[in-house]
Amino acid sequence: MPTRAPDRPLLLATLVLVAAGLATLYSSGQTDVPTVAARLWERQLIFLGLGTVAAIVMYRFSPRLLEWATPLIYVTGIALLVITLLTGTGAGTAAGVKSWITLGGLRLGQPTELAKLATILMLARHLGAKRDPPNTLLGLMPACGIVGVPFVLVGLQPDLGSAIVFLGILFLMLFWVGVSGWLLLLLASPLISLLLAFSTVSWGIWIVMITAVLIWLRPYALEGIGTWLANVGTGVMALSLWNRLAPYQQHRLLSFLNPEIDPRATGWHIIQSKVAIGSGGLFGKGFTEGTQKRLAFIPEQATDFIYSVVGEEFGFVGVLATLVLFGWFITTLVSIARRANDPYACMVVFGIASLFFVHVLENIGMTIGLMPITGIPLPFFSYGGSFLLTCFLALGIAFRVATDSRSAGYDAV
Amino acid sequence: MWHHPHAVRRRALTARVLVWSVVGILLVSFFRTQVLSSTRYSLRSELNRLRALPVPAPRGLVLDRNGAVLAENVPGYSVGLLAASPESLVAVLDRIGPLVNVDDEARESILRRYRRDPYDPVTVRRDVPFETVSALEERRVTIPGLVIQTEPKRRYPQGERVAHALGYVSEITEEELQSGTFAGARLGTLVGRDGLERQYDDRLRGKDGVRFIEVDALGRTVRDRGVAPTLEPEQGETIRTTLDLDLQRFVVESFPEGRRGAVVVLDPRNGEILALHSAPTYDPNLFIGGVDPEVWETLRTAPDHPLINRVIQAAYPPASPWKLLMASIAMQRGIVTMDSKMTIPCRGGLQYYSRFFRCWRVAGHGDLTLAEAITHSCDVYFYQLGLKLGLTTILQDAGALGMHERLGIDLPNERSSFFPTSTEYFNRRYGPRGWTNAVTLNLAIGQGENTQTPLNVAHFYAMLANPDGRAPVPHLVGESQASQRSLRLTPEQLHDLREALVSVVEEGTATASRIAALRIAGKTGTAQNAQGLDHGWFVAFAPAEQPRVVVAAIVEFSEHGSRVAPMVTRIIARHLLGQGGLPEGRIRLLVPEDSAPEPVPILPGDTTRQTRGAPAPAPAADADARTR
Repeated sequence: MPTRAPDRPLLLATLVLVAAGLATLYSSGQTDVPTVAARLWERQLIFLGLGTVAAIVMYRFSPRLLEWATPLIYVTGIALLVITLLTGTGAGTAAGVKSWITLGGLRLGQPTELAKLATILMLARHLGAKRDPPNTLLGLMPACGIVGVPFVLVGLQPDLGSAIVFLGILFLMLFWVGVSGWLLLLLASPLISLLLAFSTVSWGIWIVMITAVLIWLRPYALEGIGTWLANVGTGVMALSLWNRLAPYQQHRLLSFLNPEIDPRATGWHIIQSKVAIGSGGLFGKGFTEGTQKRLAFIPEQATDFIYSVVGEEFGFVGVLATLVLFGWFITTLVSIARRANDPYACMVVFGIASLFFVHVLENIGMTIGLMPITGIPLPFFSYGGSFLLTCFLALGIAFRVATDSRSAGYDAV
Repeated sequence: MWHHPHAVRRRALTARVLVWSVVGILLVSFFRTQVLSSTRYSLRSELNRLRALPVPAPRGLVLDRNGAVLAENVPGYSVGLLAASPESLVAVLDRIGPLVNVDDEARESILRRYRRDPYDPVTVRRDVPFETVSALEERRVTIPGLVIQTEPKRRYPQGERVAHALGYVSEITEEELQSGTFAGARLGTLVGRDGLERQYDDRLRGKDGVRFIEVDALGRTVRDRGVAPTLEPEQGETIRTTLDLDLQRFVVESFPEGRRGAVVVLDPRNGEILALHSAPTYDPNLFIGGVDPEVWETLRTAPDHPLINRVIQAAYPPASPWKLLMASIAMQRGIVTMDSKMTIPCRGGLQYYSRFFRCWRVAGHGDLTLAEAITHSCDVYFYQLGLKLGLTTILQDAGALGMHERLGIDLPNERSSFFPTSTEYFNRRYGPRGWTNAVTLNLAIGQGENTQTPLNVAHFYAMLANPDGRAPVPHLVGESQASQRSLRLTPEQLHDLREALVSVVEEGTATASRIAALRIAGKTGTAQNAQGLDHGWFVAFAPAEQPRVVVAAIVEFSEHGSRVAPMVTRIIARHLLGQGGLPEGRIRLLVPEDSAPEPVPILPGDTTRQTRGAPAPAPAADADARTR
């Protein structure tokens, strides 16, 4: 009987991150003005308890059982997203977004977070079953379909941030399964075209480049023409797509490009977040002492912008420590994925690593102004039951895979 | 096969590199923000949470020469508001409006000031009574952004008794702020408006301090005290004036009730002004905390102009006191001595060409020496003296004595006395042929184109009083400063003039005002006033041997200078002899009265008393030639 002890590095990284996250959440409630964040850390403690139970349950599940149940989980996740879209309600700052599933007025949770895990599982099952990675765009279509359904449903809520997370997971998992970089570039090209379409010059250069790449790569004629048309098409449609975005989404994207456009309104979040982080200096203002937070200058200090509190109160030293910790945590997950016994487990754990990676990058990047403002929580730090639960479910799976691979003697590889 | 361990390991390596590069990129941008730009962001976060409140500096005290307080500060309160937006400001104003009395006009001004500087508290009202402050404090929870400041409030304990010398203060206007009239002033600073408050504003104002309050993201006050080090305000300089409060009060009390006029008392030796009174006066305390527009309008438009300081801002025909100037010019030129007589004795007037220039005494004075002419203020004598001097000389010498200039007293808005600088003036005014040499006769007795401020007249008499014929510039603060003006007479000549002035009081036109214990030298005068009753002058100094005080007084519409003389001699006695030295009872005026001679029309075009086109008594063209 192999040892059942969980993977030590992952456990350690997780515990430290959970502790740091809880402390930061506690601090974010310590303000001079009344705030809803005051006692959130206590509720987060309850979620942590629930999460731990969920992780242990998942740890008990064999990856085989999980693989078997994956289609069911995926369909359930999609169904929940559909229900959310039909009956969902908003909450807090995202009141206009239908992201909550409610029952009798009681908000149960945000299915989007669970759908992320379900999609990872489904994608892992689909890709893991392949002997060789898809080498044509057409071959990538089923995977795109698996991610595309929740992507569209989440995008309709509309939740731009989570939609980006789905895309990130798709590309990272395709990379993990060994899809060539050029193929990924072609897959991503319509999106890049869409972004570049806001400047005619850069878009022109892009179209020339993608044409050259297509000629050089010589994919199937149909794929090549399809890709090229998709690039041109998205570029042309960009403006009408932009107009269909909700005004707050437009503002967020605009103020990401230049926060000073409207410092009192849309730029406020990012400016105040940067002021908080910058004023933290090298060693920070001290635990619970951040003035930007205490006087409510940091928006959403318990959820989206909790990392600004870290930056303000612990300074660059605290940022360095947490970022290294996150890096260590994610690379540990990558190692577990590498050592996994079977393709499915390997894909699942890498998908989980991708999920954490995209969240960390998007959330922390947002607080410093490198990423557009989206409502993406920071794992273990941001207050929120659904995401915390999702994280712990994912961690349960990862711990199980790690344990399994060790007992199989794969460690040496 | 994608799941081959080597392939997976290669990709795991790529993934690690990707993760650590992202961590690296994030760290670099955090390093740039937190370490390289830390100062900028720290400053910004402090600016976010701290609002600097100016702590107004108390203005300096103003003291009299003995240290008695003329202007001081008492604690007052001002109510200010911090607001996140104009809308919330209006909402809060609505709430506190009934308590602090904010009318529509005030509200406009508050909003305007708020828009200029939305991040700092805007003053809603100054000088708020304590009851209002406590009422507001009770409701503080419902008034976000309420800022109550203690603020030193100016107080003039002497009220209207020293109004004109002191002036008053009020809040700086936006125009003054923009034009930079008051260096270092900010919105809401109290600045001197008149008098010494204006003149020495930069010394009195002091340096405002700063204190900080902490506000949250919505601009609500979170902590009021102790959030950051406070910069204490520095009180303005204390200014000791030359005024003698006791004498000033005596002057104000002695001044005839309900009359207009001016009194200035100065020490001829050093130019120190001991008392300065202009009637009617006003209470400078009315301006504290923002003057009521109605009161202001009343003061500004009152027919008797209480805001005008008549000592330096009103000019009157100098009348008979001017005769001493004529005498001193003539003596300096060597034209006359004290014993000189004129060719024509006084028979109640002088026929000059076709016109008769009257003496105030219809009966005439007979044949007089200069000393006697001064004593009896004989107009006929001085008509002839003027003609003897000639117009050009009079204009030149009186001009050299500064009779057309400001004196340069340390008070704002001193107006210059008026005296023609050359015959060019008459050419310009009446046309080159439009006037005759008759103007000389009028100028010789202090009438005509000649108006002098009481201060200028007092200064001239200070020159007479001093042994060297010079007198320092009159001033209220600081060291005495020599004046350019000089009579250029010998001490003997000056002595003789003084003796003649003594006899004015002893036996001449002001006999009623003599005081046994003192030898007072003085001169009465009656300034013609076309608008109504004449103005009475009396200028005096004492003791005659070694004068220590000069008093110039004018009372408007008092008909005659000898009515003014008793008040002046009482003031002199009070100053030189103290309280006990005053003669008992009211001094009653006896005779003679130095009334002004009937104004003589001198201009051919003057139709008020002469029919149009009447032949000119003297050819205008040679008026100039004859004086040469």
